[in-house]
Amino acid sequence: MLPKIASETELRSLLSRLSGVDAVGVEARAAKLATRSIKKSSKMQAIDLAISMVDLTTLEGADTLGRVRSLCTKALRPDPFDSSVPAVAAVCVYPDLVAHARSVLGDSSVAVASVATAFPSGRASLAVKLLDVREAVASGADEIDMVIDRGAFLSGRLGQVFDEIVAVKAACGSAHLKVILETGELVTYDNVRRASWLAMLGGADFIKTSTGKVAVAATTPVALIMLEAVRDFAEATGEVIGVKVAGGIRTAKDAIRYLVLVNETVGSAWLTPQRFRFGASSLLNDLLMQRLKQQRGAYVRADEFSGD
Amino acid sequence: MRTCELTNLVEIDVSENNMEISRLGALAYDPAPESAALAKLQPSYGLFIDGAFTDPSKHQQFATLNPATGLPLAMVAQADVRDVDHAVKAARRAYDNVWSTMSGAERGKYLFRIARLIQERARELAVVETLDNGKPIRESRDIDLPLAAAHFFYYAGWADKLDHAGFGSSPQPIGVAGQIIPWNFPLLMAAWKLAPALAAGNTCVLKPAETTPLSALILAEILEQAELPAGVVNILTGDGSTGSALVAHPGIDKIAFTGSTEVGRLIQERLASTDKRLTLELGGKGANIVFEDAPIDEVVEGIIDGIFFNQGHVCCAGSRLLVQESVADEVLRRLVRRVDQLRVGDPLDKNTDVGAINSAAQLEKIRELTAYGELEGATRYTSSCRLPDTGYWFSPTIFADVSQSHRIAREEIFGPVLSMLTFRTPEEAVAKANNTKYGLACGVWSEKGSRTLWVAERLRAGVVWANTYNRFDPTSPFGGMRESGFGREGGRHGLEAYLNV
Amino acid sequence: MSKKRLEVRKTYKLLINGAFPRSESGRTYEVKTAKGAYWANIAQGSKKDVREAVYAARVAQPKWWAASAYNRGQVIYRLAEMAESRRDELTEHVQVAEGLKTKEAQAVVARSIDRIVWYAGWTDKITQVFGGANPVAGPFFNFSMPVPSGVIAVIAPQDSSLEGFVDAVLAPVTVGNSVVVLASERRPTPALLLGEMTATSDFPGGVFNIVTGITSELASTLATHEDVDGLDLEGAGAQAGELAVAGAATIKRVLRPAASDDSSLRRLRAFVETSTVWHTVGQ
Repeated sequence: MLPKIASETELRSLLSRLSGVDAVGVEARAAKLATRSIKKSSKMQAIDLAISMVDLTTLEGADTLGRVRSLCTKALRPDPFDSSVPAVAAVCVYPDLVAHARSVLGDSSVAVASVATAFPSGRASLAVKLLDVREAVASGADEIDMVIDRGAFLSGRLGQVFDEIVAVKAACGSAHLKVILETGELVTYDNVRRASWLAMLGGADFIKTSTGKVAVAATTPVALIMLEAVRDFAEATGEVIGVKVAGGIRTAKDAIRYLVLVNETVGSAWLTPQRFRFGASSLLNDLLMQRLKQQRGAYVRADEFSGD
Repeated sequence: MRTCELTNLVEIDVSENNMEISRLGALAYDPAPESAALAKLQPSYGLFIDGAFTDPSKHQQFATLNPATGLPLAMVAQADVRDVDHAVKAARRAYDNVWSTMSGAERGKYLFRIARLIQERARELAVVETLDNGKPIRESRDIDLPLAAAHFFYYAGWADKLDHAGFGSSPQPIGVAGQIIPWNFPLLMAAWKLAPALAAGNTCVLKPAETTPLSALILAEILEQAELPAGVVNILTGDGSTGSALVAHPGIDKIAFTGSTEVGRLIQERLASTDKRLTLELGGKGANIVFEDAPIDEVVEGIIDGIFFNQGHVCCAGSRLLVQESVADEVLRRLVRRVDQLRVGDPLDKNTDVGAINSAAQLEKIRELTAYGELEGATRYTSSCRLPDTGYWFSPTIFADVSQSHRIAREEIFGPVLSMLTFRTPEEAVAKANNTKYGLACGVWSEKGSRTLWVAERLRAGVVWANTYNRFDPTSPFGGMRESGFGREGGRHGLEAYLNV
Repeated sequence: MSKKRLEVRKTYKLLINGAFPRSESGRTYEVKTAKGAYWANIAQGSKKDVREAVYAARVAQPKWWAASAYNRGQVIYRLAEMAESRRDELTEHVQVAEGLKTKEAQAVVARSIDRIVWYAGWTDKITQVFGGANPVAGPFFNFSMPVPSGVIAVIAPQDSSLEGFVDAVLAPVTVGNSVVVLASERRPTPALLLGEMTATSDFPGGVFNIVTGITSELASTLATHEDVDGLDLEGAGAQAGELAVAGAATIKRVLRPAASDDSSLRRLRAFVETSTVWHTVGQ
């Protein structure tokens, strides 16, 4: 059961009771797990799992209907020559392109995710943010990736951050809510842990590391802390929250490192696209290349796959 | 704000939620073994005396085993009294004629060479270490080997700077050092002994442990490649009788010993009425103190590292866990969950966390002491990991509800076995931590700096790790108080053991 | 001819835990001047006296070490002040004990007092000279500090009744240890005099304990006592080897007799341990 928060004081008191994080320890643990050597059939299993967890993303000012269409096509059938390659989890676009993505994806398994709430900075009024969300949902978004107000968080206005999440959650209706913490701007691991709990208490279905628009995006220590947060939250409340790592994850090797973190921190319940996602664009092609390499036993050229 | 009643998260009882973290490790890892062939072992090895290997067939030989399989790896020579005498005399000649007259700068350059050669042959040495000792390749590759090379690199730089080491101007070497090292970090301990001794201008006779002689013999090959003058370092394999002969030899000026307190005591007695110098690095029963405000996830990892690193075959292992009562249940719950995740098995597999117990004798000792733990009424949690069928193995084990008076809280087990006790106040934590005859290492976990330093000041331990455990560095002095020995290895302090000051 | 005043003599006692008890054994032994005349009856300490002294030293040591280095320096300096004001008395005792000429004895006392001053200045330098920060390769702040070994048993030099005694006792005390010292068997009174001065120098009781008696009887009690951390065998003579063997049972730090060298920090180094603390460094 989700605990109810009646006031900012209660929220603050609850968050202040969370254990601190020792930066050196968490980085050492993440580095140690990064030395896991995943080979042979376990590597194939991991690659397919990673493909199925990709939120194939395009978030550029230059995005067009054509760009979104080709992305959606790839999302449905990442490797046109191999039907055993799973579809990705979702396509992630700006709100104005949701309807188009929806029309290409139809009622396939691939979800439409939309960033909203004045992504990536979040610097807009709550009314504008909520309108952003409602439009995306109305256009057919299954998932909303909102950003928290990092300024409010860093200046201690935790109640404001919390209220916004609650309001956005309500505006989402049946759409799933991913709350982007933008951990690169929160800077400290203590902040990442507190923001994770704040977002989960506010009603997040997923907590997500980054927008991909600031210099520091997902890192393995940050992911480790967020995984520990969802694990502890599940133990405390029974609510199972997902984690999405986004930004800077470009290679199969990177993706497998994150899967190892999931595997050794929260376990099998999170080793599914319902609970763990990669927000990425170029990652998918590297996963496909490594998959083919595993099958052929020889290195594969990049042009084997479409550049989308 | 949502206007609902406050639910205090901290008060939520986990057991009331049917949510249980599903089994960890659902993503299976296929075996990822490092190749044993990289070790390039010879069928038999002689002794390394006066710059050359002796003919193995001239000695009585014994097999060194792979503890993960129980099978022999190679035959090594049993050095007898005459061999010890030859080695000591060679070391004396090298001291008188070459090493003590060479400039510090030139000595240093030899040490730099050795450091580089160790780096060049690191992968081979890591495999040898893992085969002979049973430790996971991840540890020999990422910890033992880099640290061994770094140790030579560090002391190389001291060789021509001894005037500035704080022991007065032109401090003199002691002479010929006899060095006896244990089986838990075979190559690293050789580096800890040889590097400062050579930098200070001494010559050495090194005796590796009976069960782990191989990496020292590869090191002998490296010394040949480095063209270290003959006799400066001599390496004698053998059992306790070899060490005993070395201690007794009148030509030795100094003994440096790392090993058990029992043997250390015997050596100290033997040398008591002589002029020989002595440093001892002996056993321990390290307390790892966890305060309620500690960073809990890092605490769990730190406790795991503290006791299961190198199968717990670590003199400074955090084998006594002292947890503040207010968080004891929480820490235990997380520890028990975590210990189940440890990957125990083939030491050559890159994903192995806990390797093999070094010998049948050590395994027997661990079994005996853990049996006592149960007999004395402690609650035992054993990792559910599957153990291989052959070789020497022991599942990572935690004992809760342990009292200060229990044997498992007082005796060094030297294996993957943790004893958990509780305390209420910082004062009580310090009192319990110090309530031992040992004084090697302790850990303190807290987010409160002032308390950490308060505790650190009061702990009777040569090393205190705050919010970390089992960290080593060539610049950092290491060594014990009380019955954990005397003298320091590492850092500027480590030179003192090999200078006549 | 003026009438000579009858001198008030002193009964010499032990110094244990800041008090001056007689030996619990009730025994005394006669000490002669260097010329062979009766000089004093000295308390003949027993094993139980040694035990009491070690116990007192154990309890006092953490308190002594907990005092600031500055404060410890002042206390030791105070001892020099006390000794200075009783120079004549010390001189007489050294003269009688060691059979020196007055000028020689005066020089011994002067050097001894100056040596105490030297030690007083060391208390707050030791940490900087023996300790320091270590540049480990990793996100850690790492520093090493010298800390006292604990309780040190000193077999004081048999001949150098004051100057040697000062070195043997002040060195371990300066670095924060407490001591149980077995005074010179035949020449104990200069040491006892200095002991009396510690009582007026703000030394916490138990830091400085003096047992007098028969060295061959008491030294082994000290060397085998498990709660003694270090052993200075300066005055142990032929017994040194056997005592060092006894000390090995509990891995005691043993300082063997050696040619004295004023410039060396040998004695200051003998009974300190290096404690190294690592702390993580991170945001």
